[in-house]
Amino acid sequence: MTTATDSPRVPTDSLGNPITVPDSDDILVVEASDGSRWELVCGLEVHAELATVTKMFSGAPNNFGDDPNTNVDPVTLGLPGTLPVVNQRAVELAIRFGCAVGAEVRRSVFSRKNYFYPDMPKNFQISQFDLPIVVAGELELPDGHVVGIERAHLEEDTGKSTHVGGAGRITGAVHSLVDHNRAGVPLLEIVSRPHVRSAEQARQYVAELRAILVACGISDGKMEEGSMRVDANISVRPEGSDDLNSRCEIKNVNSLRSLGRAIEYEAKRQADLHATGGKVVQETRHWDETDGRTHTMRSKEDADDYRYFPEPDLVPVDPDPAWVAEIAASLPMLPAARRARLADLTGEPGTAEAVVAIVDRGQDDQAVGAIQAGAEPRRVLVHIAQNLAGEGGAELPADRLAELVAMEVSGDLTATQAKQVLAELVADPSLTAAAVAKAKGFEAMDTGALEVAIDEIIAANPTEWEQFRTGDPKVRGKLTGFFVGKVMKATKGQADGKAATALLNQKATA
Amino acid sequence: MSARITGDDVAHVAKLALLDLDAAQVEIFTGQLAAILEHAKDVEALDLDDVPPTSHPYPLVNVLRADEVGPTLTNAEALASAPQAEDGRFRVPTILGEAP
Amino acid sequence: MSTAESAIDIAAAIRAGGRSAVEVTEAHLARITEHEPTIHAFNEVTAESALAAAAEIDRAIAAGEPVGPLAGVPIAVKDNLCTKGIATTCSSKMLEGWIPPYDATVVQRLAAAGAITVGKTNLDEFAMGSSTETSAFGVTRNPVDHTRVPGGSSGGSAAAVAAQFAPLALGTDTGGSIRQPAAFCGVVGVKPTYGLVSRYGLIAYASSLDQVGPLANTVADAALLLEAIAGHDAADATSIPQEAPRLVEHLDDGVAGLRVGIITELMGDGIDPDIIAQVRAAAEALAAAGATVEEVSVPAVSHGLSAYYLIGPAEASSNLARFDGVRFGLRVDAPTTNEMMVATRTAGFGDEVKRRIMLGTYALSAGYYDAFYGKAQKVRTLICRDFATAYERFDVLLSPTTPTTAFEIGSIADPLTMYLNDTCTTATNMAGDCAISVPFGTDAAGLPIGVQVLAPALGEATMFRAAVALEAAAPALAQGEPDHR
Repeated sequence: MTTATDSPRVPTDSLGNPITVPDSDDILVVEASDGSRWELVCGLEVHAELATVTKMFSGAPNNFGDDPNTNVDPVTLGLPGTLPVVNQRAVELAIRFGCAVGAEVRRSVFSRKNYFYPDMPKNFQISQFDLPIVVAGELELPDGHVVGIERAHLEEDTGKSTHVGGAGRITGAVHSLVDHNRAGVPLLEIVSRPHVRSAEQARQYVAELRAILVACGISDGKMEEGSMRVDANISVRPEGSDDLNSRCEIKNVNSLRSLGRAIEYEAKRQADLHATGGKVVQETRHWDETDGRTHTMRSKEDADDYRYFPEPDLVPVDPDPAWVAEIAASLPMLPAARRARLADLTGEPGTAEAVVAIVDRGQDDQAVGAIQAGAEPRRVLVHIAQNLAGEGGAELPADRLAELVAMEVSGDLTATQAKQVLAELVADPSLTAAAVAKAKGFEAMDTGALEVAIDEIIAANPTEWEQFRTGDPKVRGKLTGFFVGKVMKATKGQADGKAATALLNQKATA
Repeated sequence: MSARITGDDVAHVAKLALLDLDAAQVEIFTGQLAAILEHAKDVEALDLDDVPPTSHPYPLVNVLRADEVGPTLTNAEALASAPQAEDGRFRVPTILGEAP
Repeated sequence: MSTAESAIDIAAAIRAGGRSAVEVTEAHLARITEHEPTIHAFNEVTAESALAAAAEIDRAIAAGEPVGPLAGVPIAVKDNLCTKGIATTCSSKMLEGWIPPYDATVVQRLAAAGAITVGKTNLDEFAMGSSTETSAFGVTRNPVDHTRVPGGSSGGSAAAVAAQFAPLALGTDTGGSIRQPAAFCGVVGVKPTYGLVSRYGLIAYASSLDQVGPLANTVADAALLLEAIAGHDAADATSIPQEAPRLVEHLDDGVAGLRVGIITELMGDGIDPDIIAQVRAAAEALAAAGATVEEVSVPAVSHGLSAYYLIGPAEASSNLARFDGVRFGLRVDAPTTNEMMVATRTAGFGDEVKRRIMLGTYALSAGYYDAFYGKAQKVRTLICRDFATAYERFDVLLSPTTPTTAFEIGSIADPLTMYLNDTCTTATNMAGDCAISVPFGTDAAGLPIGVQVLAPALGEATMFRAAVALEAAAPALAQGEPDHR
């Protein structure tokens, strides 16, 4: 949704509030061809398909990937005489989002946005225009920068066109085919304030938003399936100025990586245009992944006169405060708080890769459970981040994991053995770590057997042993790997690396 | 309210509504629409600044349906009235330009 | 049997086993066969499915199974109401031959009540008109005088009832489209409270104004039909969450003490003096039956027409956008999708539909919204307020249904003059209230006059009581064959 902001006296957003742009430690500054420096002002519009069972306004299934035109009913196809009825679950998910970002949830009205396009069955889209359900929230990025959320509103998705001929692209196609399975799928359009100041912040914002949507069960957030789509509103202004210049809306950004590239390209394009006396025209531009540029969409003349008016087939949605409070109370812990909790328990920073990954995958409860059951926190992080990332990993009960880590810490299992035991436990969570270890013959090797093995290796590698024995700590450190590797090979991985190292050092200084 | 509707306005509106009018039709429609809007001038004279708009005659709110699957059409039923279909989809001629 | 019998009598006779539904249906189909070539009330007569449905009613009754209140009663259904498996055209080339894959809620309710649909009736294209002359499939003739229009847009339904093709018909009323043709044809027509009858499956003209309602030869038949189709429908978000009102059982409660107001603004300029005289006679009849009658000013009523001709077309311009040649209906081929859509819409819509689409698009377009659509929505508030004020002092209001009686086919070419037909009716739609047109006398030329009884939202029971009293007092109309004059 766009509202004209071509040099108004006091620029306002779509709800009439003044537009402000916050400062940040991380502002993208691009240098134009003439050496002038321009800083980025960016707002993001995210369309998230809601995780409902049915469509926004009818009982047809909301399901991705089915045969074309099978998840349709007369309402979906916009057949004459059909009427929309609002999906309660979609409203609930919008409210959930509002609560998750500390926004105001309020009385909302659906409007019709009128334009002709073959994938839009009624040739108008039902959307909330001047009275959205969610207003004035905010989102804190992991780096601490806060991005304001202007609004979030409910609307319906369009169908999908496939282009025949012309290499499957719209340009040069001989004809097109329309599938309406996606038509009417509920969307939440989340509009940020122009508070994004760098490509990295844009990526963080979308990632954090996605994490919230997934954690709260609002959307599956799959950018690759198009269930989360990002448009970027980009303008630039002289470094350090308070101006607000005309912006362009960049569409077709399909990944976080493209988002960063598109922002950097577009900022530079606009800076060069300003620097050479050109004028940035407010327009919609299309990001082309293959050539790494944005292109004007040259949409139909007059297409921007959407003739919005209140949808007469629907009545206002005015959520009861008690309902909103109930939804707010049912919210799960949000990703930021969950990262902080895990960081707290493990002593790692909240931005640590393992912490971010575990929370992102929703395995932090598992980690916290194992740690609370007494497991060594860093081993827990390693196992979950690396060894339980695959399918079924999240299913392993915390007490099983805790038992395994305890055996590992006590030396009953080597790291390598622990990993193998873990795989068995994931496959059959009814087993215990001890039982699996026993079945696999992973009895801890007694020191006597280990010593015999080490003596044999020393005898077979006298030169290396002499270097190890007489070398400085650096040399010894290097050769430790060599000897422990040999020990592991000789014992088929049953030796405990730590115990072997200790024994080697003991022998060298004896 | 506004200046009298012109032929240019009518041509513009026809374009928005995807209707093709020749010059003679534009002239006829311009005269007819002007007369209708002229008749609506009584509304123009009213001072309505403090009057809220009414879009629904009967004031209902929160009419919501449960998120439950209802009957759907089969692919054949969906395409039964399509002027042209192909590969389970509605077939249309070349589309010029992305959606706005 | 006689096709002049009322729906209530037919239903009673069939339920009692004194007459078969097939026999009743055959009698009405025979009458259609005889007179339809002259009248042209129907776009399609559904004789085969009607006889099958009638046979099923007869079987159910013979088997002692319960049947609905309209079991075996023939009904004509306006051709903008979707009927599964039966073409639904809106009398437009755009939808010629379109077979809906679903039934409108009212059509489902008719079937559940046991009514026998004998055909789909002609209308002004997409219900836009006051004479049924804008139909793409030819005009319907007024059964009272074949040189005259039946009114519109539900002209086919009014004519079908007047010609005794069926004792009942469904019409739709956006600005007077049931009441005006009822008045022109000398039958009863009801515009129910907005939200009382489901709009699901009614091909929308103006969503916030459209209502489905009954046409019948008697007030009691209209009440019976309204009971059968009214009541909450979850498929229509604007449907009032209440059960259908009980109307028939209160018809004879009388009008003693009823407070009746005659709307001053609709009793002067532009209204045929013969009609004004009949409204006054009707008021006297109600007074004689025990009602108190006074004149009352409802000032905003005079703005109803202007506001209606902004709001109706605005909503229509959006509702009719779906007719684009992609998923159903007409397609005119062209090299690109945009050109195909333009060619299809240009060829598929008639002039009146185009005019209203243009008017509505203009009223909504950038720079004009506040001046036109926005202002009309505010006028709507004034109309609601003025009616509410009047209903503080009065139970029902009285006015003419139309400014004139039925005019000659082809006699009105100017759109604005045609729109003036809706002078007395649009305000009810703007306010969402209910109103009924009851035949009451004739003009000097012997053409039927309709008197309109208006009541507040959900005031149907009171409205029907007043209507019954008027019907009882009305000068008898000549009965007999179509074009009996």
